[in-house]
Amino acid sequence: MSELDGLYQQLILDHSRAPHGKVTLESPTASSHQVNPTCGDEVTLSIENRDGTLVAIGWEGHGCTISQASASLLAQLLEGMPVADAQGYLADFRTAMRSRGEIMLDEDRFGDAIALNGVSRYVARVKCAMLPWVALEHSLDQ
Amino acid sequence: MVHWSVTNSALPPLDDTAIAAIREDFPILRTRVNGHPLVYLDSGATSQKPNAVLDAEREFTVTRNSAVHRGAHTLAALATEEFEDARETVARFVGVGSDEIVWTSNATEGINLVAYGLSNDSSLRLREGDEIVVTELEHHANLIPWQQLALRTGATLRFIPVDDEGALQLENLDAIITDRAKIVAVSHVSNVLGVVNPIAPIVARAHAVGALVMLDACQSAPHLPLDLRALDVDFAVFSGHKMLAPTGIGVLYGRRALLKELPPFLTGGSMITTVTMDAAAFLPPPQRFEAGTQRVSQVVALAAAVRYLESIGMDRVAEHGSRMSAQLLGGLASIPGVRVLGAKGAQRVGLASFAVEGVHAHDVGQFLDDRGIAIRVGHHCAQPLHRRLGLTSTARASGSVYTTSAEIDLFLDALAGVRPYFGVTA
Repeated sequence: MSELDGLYQQLILDHSRAPHGKVTLESPTASSHQVNPTCGDEVTLSIENRDGTLVAIGWEGHGCTISQASASLLAQLLEGMPVADAQGYLADFRTAMRSRGEIMLDEDRFGDAIALNGVSRYVARVKCAMLPWVALEHSLDQ
Repeated sequence: MVHWSVTNSALPPLDDTAIAAIREDFPILRTRVNGHPLVYLDSGATSQKPNAVLDAEREFTVTRNSAVHRGAHTLAALATEEFEDARETVARFVGVGSDEIVWTSNATEGINLVAYGLSNDSSLRLREGDEIVVTELEHHANLIPWQQLALRTGATLRFIPVDDEGALQLENLDAIITDRAKIVAVSHVSNVLGVVNPIAPIVARAHAVGALVMLDACQSAPHLPLDLRALDVDFAVFSGHKMLAPTGIGVLYGRRALLKELPPFLTGGSMITTVTMDAAAFLPPPQRFEAGTQRVSQVVALAAAVRYLESIGMDRVAEHGSRMSAQLLGGLASIPGVRVLGAKGAQRVGLASFAVEGVHAHDVGQFLDDRGIAIRVGHHCAQPLHRRLGLTSTARASGSVYTTSAEIDLFLDALAGVRPYFGVTA
């Protein structure tokens, strides 16, 4: 697998084309709109936090393959999870993305989202992958 | 379509042999990126620098480095002389007087210098009821300083719209530029479309109602013969780093009589005559606008870049740009799913922006970078134009004097592989 194929794994292409959770929530408890000013990519991510559990995650937006797949994988991974656990995932995801390829996401915990492991070698693309996760962080802070 | 022809030069067109010789002057072009020879098609963002420029800056720093316009020692005198000689070189390059050339950090600073000057106290000060006119295709650098000037003064910002292809719509020019207009800001060549804008009718209308004209020449100064006097603009800016010079040096041209009226933007040392604890008297232009210690080595290097371009001949540079443009447009049009921005048949420099249907520009850029091909992706600091064209971000390929037709072919061949790679077939 070439380095580029490591970035654009089939799972990433699939998620960006047929995204998970790209829906409008009926009764969100918080949401956050994030923009990547260098490319204009946007994501608005909403959560429904019921008694400390993310019972629903929905997002809208447009952007590159990486940002769209990342939003899709986030929604697939974290929906239904306790907020405290989601915060742990968020911290670990950020650490891996900023590691310049040194730290890999744990497959047992992150499942399909490990397809994003290739991103951390591409410093210019880390922001793309982080965009929906930053929106999640802001939503959880509200 | 207008093409430049080589008429003023005894030298033949810039063919591949001539460009091969030019490339020898640019050491960075021997770099390999991701295992491939670098194909640098991001000259619209910043150009590469020839040895003549790199050596001029180093040689100045190593042998004559000194502050200018102060000090009585030998190096200070040599540096000052070289600094002012550079002003003459650049002034001649764009057809104006050396006292009309102000050094700035970049084009953005030059536009801000004028925009702030127009809100400082003088006969030129804008007020409520006045109008500022820009166009819908401007780089943010030629938009936001005018938005801010409007906010500071109560003036109103208006704009000349573009059509669905991005061409300036001049049909209602007289209704947009009225006798309330005080300044009209327009780019000579769009940094997104590569199209040479129709400046003459805009300047004529602006002057007919007594408005000033600011020309953003960032994308024309490196690529076309530029005669600011003939264009009849009142102010113009361009950046060194887009025309083979280093970053950190830009140029503001201002008509002599206007620079005399315009109050300073940045104040401090080097721009004054007599200073008391209460007040200061200012030097005449251009020094009035050059506060603080100047970027001397960059100025020296910019003059070297101008001489380098002149040694090639700007008519040859323009003709080469016209051929690059034709090759880019023809090649892009032949790739399924690629939409090229800009009106067909327009006069252009060697720059083209495009959207690949089904693939985000960022991913296009990543795919090409994997093959050593450097292009620009994003909104190119022109969000309003992108919004008007129904796009968020695009990809842009832009060449310079060192760009070969073989490189453009490599780029086009690679681009044809983008949609298949990302599985877009429709």
